[in-house]
Amino acid sequence: MMQDLETLRTELLAEIAAAADLDRLEALRVAALGRKGAITERMKALGAMAPEARRAAGQAFNALKEEVAAAIEARRTGLAEADLEARLAAERIDITLPVRPEAEGRVHPISQTVDELVAIFGEMGFAVAEGPDIEDDFHNFTALNIPPEHPARQEHDTFYLRARADGSRMLLRTQTSTVQIRTMTGAKPPFRIIAPGRTYRCDSDATHSPMFHQVEGLMVDETTHMGHLKGCLVDFLRAFFDVDDLPVRFRPSYFPFTEPSAEVDIGCRREGGELLIGHGEDWMEILGCGMVHPSVLRNCGVDPEAYQGFAFGMGIERITMLKYGIPDLRTFFESDLRWLRRYGFAALDLPCMVGGLQERR
Amino acid sequence: MKLTLSWLKDHLETAAPVQAIAEKLSMIGLEVEAVNDPAATFAGFVVGQVIEARRHPNADRLSLCRVETGRGVVEVVCGAPNARTGLKGVYAPVGSTIPGTGLVLKAARIRGVESHGMLLSLRELGLGEDHAGIVELDPGAPVGAPFAEVFGLADPVIEVAVTPNRADCLGVRGIARDLAAAGMGRLKPLAAAPVPARFQSPVRWRLDFPAAAAGACPFIVGRTIRGLRNGPSPGWLKARLEAIGLRPISALVDVTNYFAYDLARPLHVYDVERLAGRELVVRFGRRGERLLALNERTYEADEDMIVIADAAGPQGFGGVIGGEATGCTGATTSVFLEAALFDPVRIAATGRRLGIQSDARYRFERGVDPTSAMAAAEAATRMILDLCGGEASDIVAAGAEPDWRRTIAFRPGRIATLGGAQVPEAEVVGILAALGFEVAGRASGTLSVAVPSWRGDVAGEPDLVEEVLRIWGFDRIATVAVAREGGLPKAALGPMQRRVRSARRVLAGRGLVETVSFSFVGADLAGLFGGVPDTLRLANPIASDLDVMRPSLLPHLLAAVRRNADRGVADVALFEIGPQFAGDRPEDQARVAAGVRAGRTHARHWAQSPRPVDAMDAKADALALLAAAGAPMAAVQVAAEAPPWYHPGKSGVLRLGPKAALAHFGELHPRVLRHLDLAGPAAGFEVFVERIPFPRAGRAAPAPFRPSPYQAVERDFAFVVAREVPAEAVVRAARAAEAMLIVEVGVFDLYEGTGIPAGKKSLALSVKLQATDRTLTEAEIEEAAGRIVAGVETATGGTLRG
Repeated sequence: MMQDLETLRTELLAEIAAAADLDRLEALRVAALGRKGAITERMKALGAMAPEARRAAGQAFNALKEEVAAAIEARRTGLAEADLEARLAAERIDITLPVRPEAEGRVHPISQTVDELVAIFGEMGFAVAEGPDIEDDFHNFTALNIPPEHPARQEHDTFYLRARADGSRMLLRTQTSTVQIRTMTGAKPPFRIIAPGRTYRCDSDATHSPMFHQVEGLMVDETTHMGHLKGCLVDFLRAFFDVDDLPVRFRPSYFPFTEPSAEVDIGCRREGGELLIGHGEDWMEILGCGMVHPSVLRNCGVDPEAYQGFAFGMGIERITMLKYGIPDLRTFFESDLRWLRRYGFAALDLPCMVGGLQERR
Repeated sequence: MKLTLSWLKDHLETAAPVQAIAEKLSMIGLEVEAVNDPAATFAGFVVGQVIEARRHPNADRLSLCRVETGRGVVEVVCGAPNARTGLKGVYAPVGSTIPGTGLVLKAARIRGVESHGMLLSLRELGLGEDHAGIVELDPGAPVGAPFAEVFGLADPVIEVAVTPNRADCLGVRGIARDLAAAGMGRLKPLAAAPVPARFQSPVRWRLDFPAAAAGACPFIVGRTIRGLRNGPSPGWLKARLEAIGLRPISALVDVTNYFAYDLARPLHVYDVERLAGRELVVRFGRRGERLLALNERTYEADEDMIVIADAAGPQGFGGVIGGEATGCTGATTSVFLEAALFDPVRIAATGRRLGIQSDARYRFERGVDPTSAMAAAEAATRMILDLCGGEASDIVAAGAEPDWRRTIAFRPGRIATLGGAQVPEAEVVGILAALGFEVAGRASGTLSVAVPSWRGDVAGEPDLVEEVLRIWGFDRIATVAVAREGGLPKAALGPMQRRVRSARRVLAGRGLVETVSFSFVGADLAGLFGGVPDTLRLANPIASDLDVMRPSLLPHLLAAVRRNADRGVADVALFEIGPQFAGDRPEDQARVAAGVRAGRTHARHWAQSPRPVDAMDAKADALALLAAAGAPMAAVQVAAEAPPWYHPGKSGVLRLGPKAALAHFGELHPRVLRHLDLAGPAAGFEVFVERIPFPRAGRAAPAPFRPSPYQAVERDFAFVVAREVPAEAVVRAARAAEAMLIVEVGVFDLYEGTGIPAGKKSLALSVKLQATDRTLTEAEIEEAAGRIVAGVETATGGTLRG
C-alpha cells in the first residue's frame, strides 16, 4: 500500500512538472484530486481498513493530497507567469504614433487682457461697469465737457447712425468714458469702477482700427487726489507688465474731461529691433488720465465741492500688443486661426493676482 | 508747432542745452515730439586746414594732406582733385559717422599710407549731391571750430505737440514763458515802443454784423505802410521759416507768417493799390460770392463765414485765408496790415466747410490772445519797416477789445487736497506770477488770481492746481496706494459678467477658438440674418461692407471660416462673445455667445476617423454653455423652430417654456453658405446669455444629497414609433412613467429600415433604475419596466419592439 502510494506520488509529481499548459494541468488536477481521481479513488479503500492502519494511511493520503495540490498550484503560477511573459513579448505598440486628436480652444488676447485688468483693479476695489455701444451725444460728448463745436464730434472722427424720426442721431461711442457718465448719473458716490469695452472711430490704417477696445477707470469719493491716481496707475502698470520697478512717468497734458490732466509713460528700450519694457533710455506713452473735471461731475449730478477723484483711459489692444509682443493692431480682428492659436490663451489660464497674473510664456 | 533754439532764445535768456530744454518742455505739458539737431549729425566735424598737400607715393590720384584740426596735425589721404595746401575744409575724425554714407570712419591704410580721418564732400556730409571735390570753407573760418556752427547749421529744431488748450504756445513766446516759469531761463521783455504814425491811413475798417452776431469779429485793427519795397527776406528770416517747414515767399508775406509763430498772432497784408476803394468791410459772406484764395483755389462763401470785402467783393475769408487778387507781389509798394479777433467756433466751422487748414485758422480756432492785435501790429510794422523801408500810418480800428478779464478765487490748499502735493505758498505765488497770472491779496485763505489775456483756457480752481503742479513737477507728487475698504476685495464682476467669463472659458475648453470681430457688417449680409432697421445704418461707414450694426454674430464668424479656408485651414471652430443689435436704444443691444464649427471634427488620423460637423455639435456647444451659465437644464426644451438662417430640418431652439429662445443652434442654411461662398458643412449656435434666468436669491439651502448605496440595474427598451415623434418625447414619457426609480435614460440606438415599417423608426433606450432605500427585487424591476413600456406607448403611440 505505501509502496503503491509512493509510486503514485512520483508519477503525479512528474506529470505535473511536465504539464505544458494550464489545460493539461487542470486535467491532471481532476485526474488526481477530482471526485474520481486517483487519490480520491484510493482513499475510498480506507473505510475497509483497521482503525490503526486507517489512521496511518489517512495521514499519508492527506500528505500526498496536499503535496500534489501544492505542486499543481506552483506549476499553475509558473505557467501563468510564462504565459504572461509570452503575451507581453508579443504585445508591442508604436509609442511614437501621434495621440488621438483633442481640440484645443483659445481665449482671444483682448479677453485675456480684460481678465488681467479685472484681476488687478479688482484687488484695488474696482468693480466692472458696462454701457451700450450705441450712445447719444450727451453721454459721449456733452457730459464729458466736450463742446458742440469740438472737432472730435465731426463725422471724420465719430461714426453716426442715420437720424431718427425726431432728427436726433445716435453714434457709436468713441470712448468708454460714457460708462463714467452712466455710472455716476443717478447714483451716489463713492465710485470705483473700470469699464472695458468696444469703442469706435472713423479711422482705418496700419495703426488704427475702426473698432478697438478701451478700458476706462473712475474713482470718486471725498478725498481721492493725484497722489492716489499716481499710486493706482503705477501699481497697475507694474503688475500688468510684471516689472516690479517699471519706471512710470506722469506728464501734464490736456483732456476736456479732466483737470489736471496727465499722460503716462513707461520706461522702455529697444534692443535689436525689439521693444523691451522696463528700464531703458526711452519712454513710451501708455495712457491718459486726470482728476475728473468739476463740470463732468456736475453734469452727472455729483457735487464737485463735496466729491472729487480721478479717471483714466487706455487702449486695450495697445497694452496687449506691448505685453505680448504682438506687432500689428489689425490682426486682432482678422479671425486668422493661426494667429489666434499663437497669441490666444488656454481656457484654464484665468488670471488672478494671488495665483500669479500670467503663465510664464 | 515747430521752433528753433535760436528763435526761442529771442524770447528766453538761457544757457540750457537743447536736450535739457526738450526734457523740461515734455515735463511741463508741452510734449516734445522730436528734436532735430543738425549739429548732432555733424558732431566732431571741425574746420580743418590743409597745411601741406603732396602726391601719394603709391597712387597718382591720391594726395597726402597734413591737416591742422585745431587739436593737432593729422595725416589724411584724400582723393579729391581740389585738395591743396591752404584749403580749409570739413575734417571728420576717426570714429565719426559720415552722414552721407552712414558708415563709421575707421583709421585705414590706403595704398600703404595710414589715413587718420577724412576731408568731406558735400555729398558725404549729406548736404547735397556735389561729390566732385571736398568742401571748401570760407578762408576766414576759424580752424578747429565746429563745422555745424561755421556752416550755420547749429540751430536745433524742436517740435512740440501743443495740446488744444494751449493756444498761447502756438507762438514761440508762449513756450518761452512756460520755460522761464519752469526755471529754464529768463523771459526777455517784448520791445513795446509804438511805431510813430507818419500819416493818416487811407484804408479804413467797417464792421458790418447784425447786433446778435457782433462776436463774430469783435475787434480789428490795421495800418497802412507806404513807400516800401517788397523782395526776398533776409537770410536769417528765411532760415527760420525754412527750419520750421515754411516756404519763404517775400518779405511782406514772411513777416506775417513769422508773427503767427513768434507771437501766435495771425496777421494779413493787403496790397493797397490792388484794393477796390478804401474801405474794408468785415461781414458775413453772401451766397454766390467767390474768392480766389492765396492757395490758388477758388472757394464759395456762405452766410456763416466771415469775409473781408472791398468794393469789388470778398478779398479774404477772415481768420482762414487771404485772397489772391489783393495779395502782395514783388511790385507792392503800399500795404494795409490786418490784425483781427475772430470767433473761434466760427473760424473752425468755416475752415472745416472750406476744407482749409491754415496757420491762421489753427490759431484762431484755438483762441488768440485778445490783447495781441495792437502789440502784434506794432511789432510787425517795425519789422516791415526794417526789411522793406517805407513809413507807417496811424492805426485804424473797428470794434473794441472784448472784456477778457477774469479772476479766480483760489484756495492754495487745493494743491494738497486735489493735487496731493505740499507746495509752499510762496512757491505757488511765484509760479503763477511767472506764468503771467496776477495774484492779488488773500482773504481768509483764498487767493485772488487774475488770469492773463493769453490763457483763455484757465477757468477754475483745478486749472490753477494744474498750472502750479505742472511747473512744480507732476513727478514730485508722492504716490499713494489706493486702499480698499476692508481687508479683502469684493467681487469685481457682477453675476452677468461672471457668466460671460465662464461662458468664454467653457467654449475655449470645448475646443473653440475665440475671435473678436467688428460690430458692423454689410447690409446684404445682415439681410441674411434678419436684417436691421434703418436706425442701425451708419451715416458714415468706414467701408460699404461695414455699413450697418450687426443683427447677429454669425456673419463675421462664417466670413472668417471662409478666410481661414482660403489660408488652408478648412476645419474651423470659432466663437465670439459680443453685442448684436436690434435697434439703437441701449435695451436693443444683446450680448450673444455665438460659435461656428465648419469642415470636419478634426484632421484625418490613424486611430480615429474624422466626420463632418453637424447640428448636434452645435447643440452640444449650446447646451454646455447654458449649463455653465446656470440655466435650469431639466427645464430646457428644444424645438425645431430656429430662425431662417439655419437649415430648416437640422436646427432648433432651446428655451424655457414658451418664452423667448435662450439659444439657436443647427446647421447653417445652404443659401447662407452659398452667399458666403462656403462649401460647408457648417453648424453654428447663438446663445443669448442675458436671457438665461438667474436662480432666485435667498432660497433655503438645497436638500442634502446622499447617493444611494443600493444596487442599480440597467434595462434596455426598443420602441417603434412614428418617425416624427421626437426622441425627447420618448425619453420624457419613460421618465414620467417611473419618476421614482429612474436615475438615467440614454438613447443608444436609432434605426430605420429593414424590419421597421415605413414611416416609423426604432429608438432604443437604456434606463438605469435605482432605489434610495433598498435593493430592487426582480419583481419590482419587472413592474417598473411594465410601467415604462405602457407610459411610452400611451404617450407616443409607439410599441415595444419584439
